[in-house]
Amino acid sequence: MKSVYEWGAVAAIVLTSTAGDVLLSRAMKQVGDVGQLRRRSGLQAVVGRVLRNPNFPLGILAMAVAFYSLLFGLSWGDVSLIVPASTSLTFVTNALAAKIFLHERVDQRRWVAALLVAGGVVLLAA
Amino acid sequence: MTLRKYLVLAGVAVFAAVGDCLLSLGMKQVGTISLHRLPEIVLTVLNPTVALGILLLLCFFACYMTALSWADLTYVLPATSVSYILITLIARFFLHETVSLGRWLGVALISIGVGFVTLGPALTPHPRQAESNDALAVQFSSGAEP
Repeated sequence: MKSVYEWGAVAAIVLTSTAGDVLLSRAMKQVGDVGQLRRRSGLQAVVGRVLRNPNFPLGILAMAVAFYSLLFGLSWGDVSLIVPASTSLTFVTNALAAKIFLHERVDQRRWVAALLVAGGVVLLAA
Repeated sequence: MTLRKYLVLAGVAVFAAVGDCLLSLGMKQVGTISLHRLPEIVLTVLNPTVALGILLLLCFFACYMTALSWADLTYVLPATSVSYILITLIARFFLHETVSLGRWLGVALISIGVGFVTLGPALTPHPRQAESNDALAVQFSSGAEP
């Protein structure tokens, strides 16, 4: 029974943090190259554009939900399962979500990188 | 990819790693916070190590957002997973923790993955995005002229 809760927490963390990363990435793509924008119109304009983008607060909200899911998960289950499982799965789901929602060209090289990093994270936490 | 952009990516990894280590160090100084006295968690920011950790994590977030403004998510995430390697090195050489063979293998896998992705292009070209950037440039250049 405990493992159901643990994997439920992992699923919640993976889903919400993937949503957060995708939303923040979309927000920043809509804002455009921050370096160029700052040179053209100053730091204040950059901050203003980021804060006014509707995807930005949504991304932050998703990240906050992911953080609280992690806290709840850690209060039920083992840190040695929840942290490596959620972190490494997030690398894989992010590659999928970036391909589907952000239309990024996730080629073989990027898939291999995502899987290697996911495997490395599991080993680090083992 | 310019040197400045690589520095921003390095900033993401370094700020995340050092920020997390400082938070961990600071929270051990503060001690266990019981659920019955949860408001005390607000006071933990008064601990200078915790405060510095939070400051560095804010720097991490700024660098992360900057990187996402000119690179794909599937490029930024693996590139910044260098922070896991840095945390392992900090744990081994500064905090004097023992790092097992399995963890070194994990560090090796992440390094290879990072090497893989950084050899490729950083951004998928989107025609729509390029157009909107051009429109923005026109808007700004016309706005700058009297």
